[in-house]
Amino acid sequence: MTDKKLIIIGGGPAGLAAAVAAVDRGMDPHDILVLERDSEPGGILNQCIHAGFGLHRFGEELTGPEYSGRYIAMVRERNIPILCNAMALNLTADRRVTFVSPETGYTTLQAEAVILAMGCRERTRGALGTPGTRPSGVYTAGCAQRYVNIEGFMPGHRVVILGSGDIGLIMARRMTLEGAKVLAVCEIMPYSGGLARNIAQCLDDFGIPLKLSHTVTQIHGRDRVEAVTIAAVDEANGRRPIPGTEETIECDTLLLSVGLIPENELTRGAGIDINRATSGADVNQFRETSAPGIYACGNVLHVHDLVDYVSEEAVIAGTAAADRILGKGGSIVKSLPVTAGDGIRYTVPERIDLTADPEDVRIFFRVRDVYKKVQFFIETDGGEVLVKRAKSAAAPGEMESLTLPAEKLKSLIAGDCAGIRVYLKETGGKAQ
Amino acid sequence: MIYDVLIIGAGCTGVMTARLLSAKNVKTAVAEARCDVAMGATCANSAIVHAGYDAKPGTLKAKLNVRGNVLMKELCAQLGVEVKNVGSHVVGFGDEDLPKLQELYERGAANGVPGLEIIGRDALRKMEPHVSPEATHSLWAPSAAITCPYGITIAAADNAVTNGVDFFFNFPVVSCARQDGVFTVSDGTKTIRARYVVNCAGVHSAKLAAVLGEHDFPITITPRRGEYFILDKAVGNLANSTLFVCPSDRGKGILVSPTVDGNLIVGPNAYPIEDGDDRATTAEGLAEITAGARRIMPDVPMNMAITSFAGVRATPNIYDFYLKRSEQVPGLIHAVGVESPGFASSPATAEYLVGLLEEAGLTLTDKADYIPTRRPDGNHVQFNRLSEEEKAARCRENPAYGKIVCRCETVTEGDLLDMLDAPIPAVTIDMMKKRLRAGMGRCQGGFCSPRVAVLIAERTGMGLENVTKNGGGSWLVTKRIGEE
Amino acid sequence: MTTRELTCVVCPAGCRMTVTLDDGGAILKIEGNTCSRGKDYATSEVTHPVRTLTSTVTVTAPDGKKMLPVRTDKPIPKEKLFDAMAIIRNTKAASPVRTGDVLIPDFIEPGTNLIACRDA
Repeated sequence: MTDKKLIIIGGGPAGLAAAVAAVDRGMDPHDILVLERDSEPGGILNQCIHAGFGLHRFGEELTGPEYSGRYIAMVRERNIPILCNAMALNLTADRRVTFVSPETGYTTLQAEAVILAMGCRERTRGALGTPGTRPSGVYTAGCAQRYVNIEGFMPGHRVVILGSGDIGLIMARRMTLEGAKVLAVCEIMPYSGGLARNIAQCLDDFGIPLKLSHTVTQIHGRDRVEAVTIAAVDEANGRRPIPGTEETIECDTLLLSVGLIPENELTRGAGIDINRATSGADVNQFRETSAPGIYACGNVLHVHDLVDYVSEEAVIAGTAAADRILGKGGSIVKSLPVTAGDGIRYTVPERIDLTADPEDVRIFFRVRDVYKKVQFFIETDGGEVLVKRAKSAAAPGEMESLTLPAEKLKSLIAGDCAGIRVYLKETGGKAQ
Repeated sequence: MIYDVLIIGAGCTGVMTARLLSAKNVKTAVAEARCDVAMGATCANSAIVHAGYDAKPGTLKAKLNVRGNVLMKELCAQLGVEVKNVGSHVVGFGDEDLPKLQELYERGAANGVPGLEIIGRDALRKMEPHVSPEATHSLWAPSAAITCPYGITIAAADNAVTNGVDFFFNFPVVSCARQDGVFTVSDGTKTIRARYVVNCAGVHSAKLAAVLGEHDFPITITPRRGEYFILDKAVGNLANSTLFVCPSDRGKGILVSPTVDGNLIVGPNAYPIEDGDDRATTAEGLAEITAGARRIMPDVPMNMAITSFAGVRATPNIYDFYLKRSEQVPGLIHAVGVESPGFASSPATAEYLVGLLEEAGLTLTDKADYIPTRRPDGNHVQFNRLSEEEKAARCRENPAYGKIVCRCETVTEGDLLDMLDAPIPAVTIDMMKKRLRAGMGRCQGGFCSPRVAVLIAERTGMGLENVTKNGGGSWLVTKRIGEE
Repeated sequence: MTTRELTCVVCPAGCRMTVTLDDGGAILKIEGNTCSRGKDYATSEVTHPVRTLTSTVTVTAPDGKKMLPVRTDKPIPKEKLFDAMAIIRNTKAASPVRTGDVLIPDFIEPGTNLIACRDA
């Protein structure tokens, strides 16, 4: 195998869309290599058989396999090589990628640009420190999803779900439809981390109780889960369980849907700067990390709520990587850090690198809490409001965005602006 | 057939004893209640090869710990199991702890522990920059080491099988009869016959003694549960050596130690429990460990915990290990009350038990064709422990090594197939995990466990619905959808 | 007069809507929707709720049994979801299958099909 101009690590929705964008920007497909660790491309979408993907991107509601199928078809049409069963083991800041696959063996290649598209993993029981025994039957929701949708086996009969992330909600419905009894979904926060539509169509439709401000305090059972104890938590006391509210539910399965963590071991290994709030790389608006020529997009950069936004972000990274390789990019005249202000947990990008002729920049962000009515602002460090927008509701589970128009950016080149800030103001109080 | 020796219990003591016997011209069997070796205290402890200053001079514990420390390192080298000579500190806080450190120093000196030294604050902080600034002294024991207790036990068991030992898993001994010098031991359905029986049943050993024919057995066991946290490898370098808190009345206190795999281990507490198999962790216990760990290392990042677990120690009603020939049943040998430092001592305990067998009349001669490695063709080295060149070569020889199944710990399909084909085949999720660390990393098996289960199902032909996490009733999935 | 609170499931925005009905069940007012599809959803939801069903069927391919994701190409009546699952559970497909292939025509409702969601 010979060196490649562009190596894309990950053949899920982010990696595939980035590859397509790079070719559409003018790259020769044979200068690209997509490394996919599974036996086929598509990533986690292959097991997300539910509908709800693609409304933004394709204007219709697709299942996960259909959404990934469209991108796989686009990659094939463009003859972009994908190496499956290939796992990247190491990355250096100067873009040397070491990977292993049955087909190619243990290989190290040099690239001119690398796009990180490794996705994320699920938080586990260990990270929560849930006390109790360690029987079988404690699964992350995604692990259970694989058993049901890919392997075709049921992971249990009587199910309690901890965490109301979307995968957990989707699995509540899926297992119910396959004949299991989902007894409760416990969410430690006073609001759900999942989309409102999933609460409606996955829980309410089937009469599955959602217990907000509740957590699992003990797992019982020696060989297999036999029961879990749940309890209400005290919002005012660090969300600790409230004595006396314990309830033991007999079940054989506990599913965990308690958050996703960008999988950045390669990124860290390369010494790339990581944002503590996203657990992904710090990037500019081209999704270029602190290592020149290494880009990141999709859930490895920050956990997205919709795959449509993943594809959109991947186009930015794929286009920028192609520009670098093709020598198209303009030189940077000024760099502006973007900071998350009041009510904002993080922004992506974390900095804007201005060229002499900037384009519109869309800043994605997540809010810290649930709000009824808010106004979002982008402001310079000098207090000049660049963008302002009102919104009727905002929640941490949903990604927000604001677009900074090119002409505003252009006006910042000459001035003494040294950074911009995104923040919100509540205008209608906190939601329930 | 009639075995010469039946060992009951496949923890470190039982397995080490079986391994020693496998080098002799005797036929040995091991009966284990669970589905694998190292299922009790051996798989859930602090993973330390203690130096041997803790036990009172003159006791078996003292003698076997110090010798076991030397033998364990040799055995790890022989069977290709990693051991790191990191040393240990017993950390004192203020002058009031000095007499205790002095006492341990003197015990260690009497026990023959090499290199002991009491060092002051500056020397300690130089060696351990993250130790509490309130620490004033430490007893430094350079011979203390870390290894993987179940790893070396599994390797020793493979080595024993390679040399002809038979293991009977899922064989809980429920009855025993002795006639004409032969024991017939039963699990209720099957039997094993042997001339000598060694009781190595850990936390159940005192109860087993009665089953084996002892009346008024003098030893009782109080199971004591200890809880632990394992922290991410990203913070594994916060401790360079094992850090104990100067002991109080309740055991050795909470320690912070690197593990041989690069994680940080924190724990244990110690509470008596009723059921020796109760390995549940508790919210209070985990909070106690957290507080204890912060005492020795104030900035220990407990938010980096990747898992918690509990182990059960077999604490007897006497100070020492009870390693004796039965006074009532000829041919029966007991290894009872083997609590900490039971693992560190185990290679030496095994020697001692083999000595007791000889005293009881067993004749032992060396086997001419003894194989000193795990398998007839050597010790298989896992892919992720190879050099870059070796990795490349391994993939060329067999493409299955190019397919990563557990991405957190870089475990390949080739490694998994090796373990399915091992002297003791790994046929559960946890057996694979204990042998290869598949599923032991950051994602705790979320990604790889279905893949490992499918591989086991396909290669053994047992069907996914029959693959378990850890034997017994620890099923993973119920049925194929659409098949009633 | 009664009111019903609904969460729109048409798109990820998940609008909270209030539907006001008269005593005969006729819709008087729909509030909270931010698009016309939301209004349609609310109308359908209070009169005759429907859902798109997704599941899997076993497909026999040269390299063994696999699961093939499937869905209804139109929403089906909500109360018939479990009837539909009973049929799907006993459905087997054979390779080759292409995305969009109809596996069961007139599935549950005339004009609704059960279709494959990937190639197999």
